[in-house]
Order: sequence, then C-alpha cells, then structure tokens
Amino acid sequence: MTSIAMQRRRATASRVWAQFRGSRQGMIGLAVLLVFVAMALAAPLLADVRELNPVFARAQGNPQWAPPSVFPPLGTDYIRRSVWAQFVWGSRVSLFVGLAATVLTILIGSVVGIVSGFVGGKVDAIFMRVTEWFLVIPFLPLAIVLASVLGRNVWNIIFVIGITSWPSTARLVRAQVLTVKQRLFVDRARSLGAGGGHIVAHHILPNVSGLILANATLAVPISILTETTLSFLGLGDPSAASWGKTLEEAFVNGAMARNAWWYFLPAGLGILAVVLAFTLIGRTLEEIANPRLSRSR
Amino acid sequence: MSEPILSVRDLVKHYPIRQGVFRRQVGSIKAVDGVSFDLMPGETLGLVGESGCGKSTVARTLLRLIEPTSGQALYKGTDIFSLGKGDMRELRQHIQIIFQDPYASLNPRITVGDIIAEPWSIHSDLLPKGKVGDQVRQLLELVGLNPNHVNRYPHQFSGGQRQRIGVARALALNPSIIICDEPVSALDVSVQAQVVNLLEDIQDEFNLSYIFIAHDLSVVRHISDRVAVMYLGKIVEEGVETDLYGNPSHPYTQALLSAVPVPDPGSEKKTRILLQGDVPSAANPPSGCHFRTRCWKAQDICAEVEPPLEQHFDTLAACHFAAPREVFAEG
Repeated sequence: MTSIAMQRRRATASRVWAQFRGSRQGMIGLAVLLVFVAMALAAPLLADVRELNPVFARAQGNPQWAPPSVFPPLGTDYIRRSVWAQFVWGSRVSLFVGLAATVLTILIGSVVGIVSGFVGGKVDAIFMRVTEWFLVIPFLPLAIVLASVLGRNVWNIIFVIGITSWPSTARLVRAQVLTVKQRLFVDRARSLGAGGGHIVAHHILPNVSGLILANATLAVPISILTETTLSFLGLGDPSAASWGKTLEEAFVNGAMARNAWWYFLPAGLGILAVVLAFTLIGRTLEEIANPRLSRSR
Repeated sequence: MSEPILSVRDLVKHYPIRQGVFRRQVGSIKAVDGVSFDLMPGETLGLVGESGCGKSTVARTLLRLIEPTSGQALYKGTDIFSLGKGDMRELRQHIQIIFQDPYASLNPRITVGDIIAEPWSIHSDLLPKGKVGDQVRQLLELVGLNPNHVNRYPHQFSGGQRQRIGVARALALNPSIIICDEPVSALDVSVQAQVVNLLEDIQDEFNLSYIFIAHDLSVVRHISDRVAVMYLGKIVEEGVETDLYGNPSHPYTQALLSAVPVPDPGSEKKTRILLQGDVPSAANPPSGCHFRTRCWKAQDICAEVEPPLEQHFDTLAACHFAAPREVFAEG
C-alpha cells in the first residue's frame, strides 16, 4: 500500500509540475525566484563577505560614494563598502527571514484556525477572542516593542513577524473549516465512525490546503516587506546585512541627496522582484491545487 | 414472522428555539414527534412525506449524526441511542447511509478509490491493507462503474455515477441496513430507474434491509415492501405497499396519493383531493391530530384527542375517522 501511495504521490507531483510548466506567469515567477535563490546560495562565490566590513573596505583602498563606473559592478557606499556584496549577502537574509517567518505564521494560523473552526463552542470563542486581540493591536508598534524588548537578532525578527501576522490566516482558515465541516461528506465520514483526527486529516485539511497555500504565498512577500520595514526603522539585526538594512543606511546617510542611485536601487529592485516572483508562483499553485479552478480539466 | 432487525420506538427530536441575549429557550421545533416502526431483515420500508415532515431527521438520528431527544432504536436488541462511543463505532459498520445529494456527499479532493476505501481506513481491523485495492475494484464493478477509474476525482463523474459511488461506499463494510435518504431525488428520471434497480439488485445479493426515504411516491412504491407516511413529525399511516397504495384509510395519505401524476393521459381520471392551507409550523403544531387543520373530516374530537396509530381495515392509520378510499390510479 505504501509503495502504491508513493507511486501516486509521485504521479501527482509530476502532474502538478506539468500543469505548472504550462503557466507563463508561474514560470516567470519561478525563474526570477530561482535566480535569487541561486544568488543567495552562491553568495560566498559571488562576493567576499569581508567586503561588508568597513575596516576591510578601507584597508582595501576602496573609494567613498563611488558610482558603478568607478567601482564595478555596483559602486560603494558612504563607508567604502561594496554595494554588490551587500546586495548578494542581503538576499540571503531577506529570503531566509521571509520564508521562516511565513512558516511560523502559517503554522500558528492554520492550527488555531482548524482547531477553532472544527472544535467550535468554548474553544472557538476563546481562540477567536485571542485572535481578535492580536488583530486590533496596531501591528507596527507591537512589532517595534517586541523587537526592541527581545533584542535585535534574526531569530527574534522571525518570531516577531510570525507572532504578529498569524491572526488573519487563522480567521481565513477558520471560516473555510466552518463551511467544510457542514459538508455532507463530513457527516458521511462521521456515520462511518470516523473520529475527529481522521476527519481533519482526510476531509478538512485537503479542502483548506489550497487556501493555506495561497495564504502562504501571500505571506512570504509580506514577511519580506515586514523584515525590510523593521530593518529600515533600525530594528533589524545589526550584524546581518539585509536589503532592508541597506535601504535604511542609504536613507539615513543621504544617498538620495547625493543622487547615489546605485546604493538603494539594487536592494529596492531585489525586494520588488522577489515579492513579485512569490505572488506569481502562488497564484499559479492555487489554480493547480484547486481542481475546480483550473481550466484544463 | 421473524424478529425485526431494527425497531424504533417513540423517537423524538425537538430542536430548541433560543432567543435574546441569554439564549433563553422559548420553544421547540418538533421535527420528529414520537415515531415508531419495525424493519424486518431483507425488507424495504419506504418513508414518504412532504419536505420538512421529519423524514431525514429520522435517518440522521438513527445514525446518531443528530442526537435524539428521547426514544429507543433497537438494532438486533441493542439500543443504538444508549451506546457509548466505542460500541457505536462498532455498530456503525452495520448501518450505512446513502445521501440525497451526490455532489455534496463526495469529498471533491479525494480520489474515488480513496472515497470507497475510507470505511476500511476508519475500521482498519476489518481488512488487511493489501486487499483494499482489490475490494475497491470489485465494489466499483458491482455498482456498474469501470474499476480503472479509481484514480479519478468525483467531479469527473456524472450525477448517476456519483450516486453509484455512494452505493459502493455504503456497501464496503458489508452492512445489514442501508438508509437511503432520498437517493434518487437529485437525478433525472432515466438515471433514477438505473439507480433504483441497482439498489434492488444488491438488496437481493446481500440480503439488505432498506429504509428508503423519498417524496416521490412512485419510486417508493416501486422499491418498497412496506410504506410509512409521515406528516409533521409523526407517522400517520403505515402498511404493506399494495394495501397502502390500493386502499389508504388516512385522509392525508389519500390526498397525497391523489396528487401523484398518472403517466397515461387516457386513463380514467380519479378525483384529486385538494388540501386547503399550508403545513402548520412544527414549532406550534395543532392540538390533537396534527392534520386536523387541513382535513375535511375534522370534528371536535380531532382537536382534543390525538388519534393513535391503529389497525383500520388494511393498514395502520392514525385517524379517528379512518375509512378506505381508492385514489391511486394504476399506472
């Protein structure tokens, strides 16, 4: 049975891939994302990590505020560091924080949503009050307070993003669970003697997984943007060169006034491209995950 | 006569009506109000009535999808309603249900093979895992579907095929009773006939008992051995199919049967009995006989004394003035 199940899983995977390949927007998104993932993975080969250190940069004799024409490929910043090195190493931090925070968001949101919707009654009431409590607290002040209380490192940033952005996922999932729970096939499973675990695993989850996936792909760009925001406000990890931090430093040190476009443009465009890539992939996956949405069948 | 396989006694289901901030109970909807019947092994009991009369509630309480307010349902002597969780799980193998809506009752995200195999994944002790695949294919073949379609999804089947999947799934655990809750109402007439014939074939093959719920009197007549007519949560008349259709003695049954369309336009026209008004609200049913507000025979006694379900002429009828009358034209 397990080998049959494996076979079928492989068949499903190849079917999903075949459908995905047929979608232009999905393929564009995937290509863009792969470029950035490759860049993040190959960071040590593309740029010397020591270039991020101003002492090293000065010792190297780098010029200050040099445009790309003077110091290829992307010029230098106010303390002579290579912008290219910041861009390459920054993609690592941004992608990692974005993905990890999304996993946390979706995990908390889905568990709360499913338990709340499926169990109902008092559990639902309590869970939803907690969710509402998180929803009404203005996100940014809470994130700022948490980030400054917990300390400025990457894991805390991930935690802050996760803990502040799960409520909307929880409410969405709960709403969907409530409608699925009323469907006849759940009654049918119950009349067969199925317990709560079986019903959640076999009937509820498959019918909310599309929603969860769509929500996850929406949450990745939001997480990346949140990380950027927090870094831009000076609450990021000071030792991690994320894109948000590059933007903050460019802003604080007057890159705009100096017309030093090479300083802020790469990080800004990088965020835009990654966010767009995730959105395109997410929409394509959503179409495939929900058999009734897709046009091909 | 042998022992009944299922006997239901005084089944009651009242839904509370709550109002206000404190959710105070201000009344109750009497969906099922004292229903009793017996089901013999291998027999088909038809349950007919207008929508809202409590037919489906009876079906759902028997499976404990809804907890009854009171009453008893003895399956081979054990009371279904007093069983604990574990025993109930055990008993569910023996009573299965086929739902009306073949679109909503199949999970759209699971393949047909998994849908039919679901009973075994819940009762995993009944069949070794290696044999499930074969069984599923056999069941598909039995209900007239292509066994190679196990990996298809429900939306790739037509309504009739989906209902066949529902039948296959109900058969999986080898039950002795299948409750058919309007199994053909959502299908068009030609497909209805196929599914009804399929149900009859498998009944003979596996010696099943059916509770067949429908509002289509012709379909019920075709498949049932005995028929019970429900009105506002109560059984008003019960009898062997030929007697009940040939010589109904309750006024409601007579009115219901007179409304059945006759397929042959040239045949002798029977008088149609037209009832006045609407079905009263189940939250506030009439005193005495529930049917008295629309009955042409109603007298003072009907408002005072509730008529018991007793033998009148050929059938059991709950009416003070039961009298047989031939209303159903032979099709």
